[in-house]
Amino acid sequence: MTKLARELLFPLIAVVAAFIVGGVLILLVGDNPIVAYRLLLGSALSWPDGIGYTLFHATPLIFTGLAVLVGFRCGLFNIGAEGQLYIAAFATAWVGITLANRGSWLLIPLCFAAAILTGAFWGAIPGVLKAKFGSHEVINTIMLNFIAIALVSYFTQYHYKVPGDPILQTAPIGPGAYIPHLGRFVPGFPERIPLNIAFILALLCCLLVYLFLWRTKWGYEIRATGSNPFAAQYGGISIRKQIILAMSVSGALAGMVAINEVLGNRHRYYDGFSDNYGFTGIAVALLGRNHPVGVILAALLFAALQHGGIYVDGFSEHVTKDIVQVLQGVIILFVAAEGFFKWALGRRLPWNV
Amino acid sequence: MLELRNITKRFGGVLANDRVDIVVKPGTIHAIVGENGAGKSTAMRIAYGFYTADSGEIIVDGQPRDIKSPHDAIALGIGMVHQHFMLVETMTVAENIVLGAEPGTSLGLDLKSAGAQIRQLSEEFKLAVNPNEPIEHLSVGQQQRVELLKALYRHARLLILDEPTAVLTPLEVEEFFVILRRMREQGKTVIIITHKLSEVLAISDEVTVMRDGKVVGRVQTKDTNAAELARLMVGREVLLRVEKTDAEAGRPQLEVRNLSITDINGTKRVDGVSFEVRSGEIVGIAGVEGNGQTELIEALAGLIDPERISGEINFEGKNLNALGARVRRELGIAHIPEDRHRRGLLLDFTLAENSILGVHYRPPVTAMAGGVFLDENAVQRRASEIIQAFDVRPPNAALPARALSGGNQQKLIIGREYRVDPKLLLVSQPTRGVDIGAIEFIHRQLVGLRDNGCAILLVSAELEEVTSLSDRLLIFHDGRIAGEVNPKVATLEEIGLLMTRGH
Repeated sequence: MTKLARELLFPLIAVVAAFIVGGVLILLVGDNPIVAYRLLLGSALSWPDGIGYTLFHATPLIFTGLAVLVGFRCGLFNIGAEGQLYIAAFATAWVGITLANRGSWLLIPLCFAAAILTGAFWGAIPGVLKAKFGSHEVINTIMLNFIAIALVSYFTQYHYKVPGDPILQTAPIGPGAYIPHLGRFVPGFPERIPLNIAFILALLCCLLVYLFLWRTKWGYEIRATGSNPFAAQYGGISIRKQIILAMSVSGALAGMVAINEVLGNRHRYYDGFSDNYGFTGIAVALLGRNHPVGVILAALLFAALQHGGIYVDGFSEHVTKDIVQVLQGVIILFVAAEGFFKWALGRRLPWNV
Repeated sequence: MLELRNITKRFGGVLANDRVDIVVKPGTIHAIVGENGAGKSTAMRIAYGFYTADSGEIIVDGQPRDIKSPHDAIALGIGMVHQHFMLVETMTVAENIVLGAEPGTSLGLDLKSAGAQIRQLSEEFKLAVNPNEPIEHLSVGQQQRVELLKALYRHARLLILDEPTAVLTPLEVEEFFVILRRMREQGKTVIIITHKLSEVLAISDEVTVMRDGKVVGRVQTKDTNAAELARLMVGREVLLRVEKTDAEAGRPQLEVRNLSITDINGTKRVDGVSFEVRSGEIVGIAGVEGNGQTELIEALAGLIDPERISGEINFEGKNLNALGARVRRELGIAHIPEDRHRRGLLLDFTLAENSILGVHYRPPVTAMAGGVFLDENAVQRRASEIIQAFDVRPPNAALPARALSGGNQQKLIIGREYRVDPKLLLVSQPTRGVDIGAIEFIHRQLVGLRDNGCAILLVSAELEEVTSLSDRLLIFHDGRIAGEVNPKVATLEEIGLLMTRGH
């Protein structure tokens, strides 16, 4: 219990501090912070739209948060979730377009496989580069983001767009690849809200990632490598294999964003669909203390802010939805400052009794 | 000179100092001994103003004094040299010494007069330190002398030295003691905190023994001996000599032929070494640290890139050169590494998780679904077996390894490696930073393993340890075997010469 309290303490401090800093800013621009926050959170938690959209926005953040988490646990900083989810989304749409007239029983598994495998492949590239040549994954994942985004834009623009369509998006996927909205199963929850099966899948992935990391020998090896690569090597663990494995799993999780977006929402590849999901995933993993349960909570918070921000924009006089960016930024700042707090506290503790 | 009266200090729930009385006479070398956590450092940090006592008095030169900070202590002529040096590597000796007490005006730094003063102090105490040398060019022993100079420059009359010999080679320790004696002749008072009994007997005039935060003994050095001090420290009789029968060596298990190892910079660290270790014997390797022993053990354990190794490593007649650490472990080679934090433990992992490192991927630790999942019960069972058999304290498998003391971490590692029933054990510095009580236990375990037929290759910087445990002793110098001696008959001088001169 005390351990749980300790784990929750810093994230809570970060969130509360962010709201205080944001409140001061709202005062400075001449609005009432309480009114603005009520608007922000009230709209994010209203039934059914607020909750529905918050959960819908949380879905990709859970996937990318998990992706970053798996990397972190192996001592790797995967900044490439953005590129991984873009390339996976395009590949998923490609399968859905190419086999458009097949039935669900074939198309859905194939589209799932496309999302997962393409993401894993794009994640594995920097993993292999690091394992074989020691090149740093941060640089390589950033580079691969640019490559992925440019590549899918090119293919969309010149090969897969419906002729004459002014929007940069592909042709629609076949209806056999659609996955249902949750509104179809939940009474009183309208089907127009795009929250879909992918959300359930995201929760399932949290459980799977937990089991994988903490209950299997592979997870043990990944965590050992992240915790102390020298001791891992001593224990007969191949660090190179763990790096490639962790980056592949990380990329696969990021790629699953495609299931929510392509199969569950727009039913096509829409260029620039990601609202920085890959980068926000870093914040989600950090705020969630690199634990799957923490990732769910942090993703819900960020999603609520994102959705509520739209209403703040529309209904308050001076505050714009940029306030959400400020809150996110301050949260990340405080989460990153944890090391500082620990250091400041630690100085007053005995280090050799 | 210095007197601590009835000092009590609590950290949270821990009573670090419990009504401690220490009297240090002027012009003496006073040793404070005790196991890790006995409260020696705490008492001295209180005297130096690092901590404030909850109650009690500090008396300096007969006057009760309020020492609130190191600044107050320095003003009273008390200096302290910490176990970890506090030097700026890129700055010169003189710059380091004046740091915080810069001479000259507030804008101009007068290093010249400081340099002259340092040179004079250095000559007075025969420290042989050049004020203009950058710290990074100095050996550890020289750096320590810079720390001494730092205190002397601030007119310290009483020097508190926290585990000063922990970082020194045997030869440097000798030189260091000469310096301490010279300081005593010049009228300085020295307090030395240590847990090495041979050094206490060699250098001190009086000894204060601490245990569990209390003073449990005050003796004149000339009236005591190692056995008595050990008993006071541990609170029971301690066997200082290793009891063992003659080895019944069997067939050769490990055969090393013409082994050379280069480091990543291409420097040769081990140069054409050949030897063998037979089952049922302990082969010791003595040598000043950094003469290739570390690389040798890591190469045998499979932790060095085969491309940097030439020569042959054979185990039970099988060539190991190309095999990784995992395969070597499977063949029956266990390894107790010299650096338990870097190599031996996953500090953030629990004791249970640490107890399966190296066997985590195979039954009985894994179970179900093709051996993918860890069997939580089997892991817990293994952990509690090791914790029980090796008396790891506190006996809580859910704690992170970081929470244990050094000695208990070491017991966990030894227990883990012992548990796999090795045919060959590679062991480096098995008792570094470990309390006397645990040292005795670890030595008994190693001898027991040998008696069960295990071949053991032992590297230790502690000459006494390596001579008393080994059945055969190889002496390493500059990456080569400088000689082999029979540890039962060889003198320490003979071994010391081979270690330092190589012939």
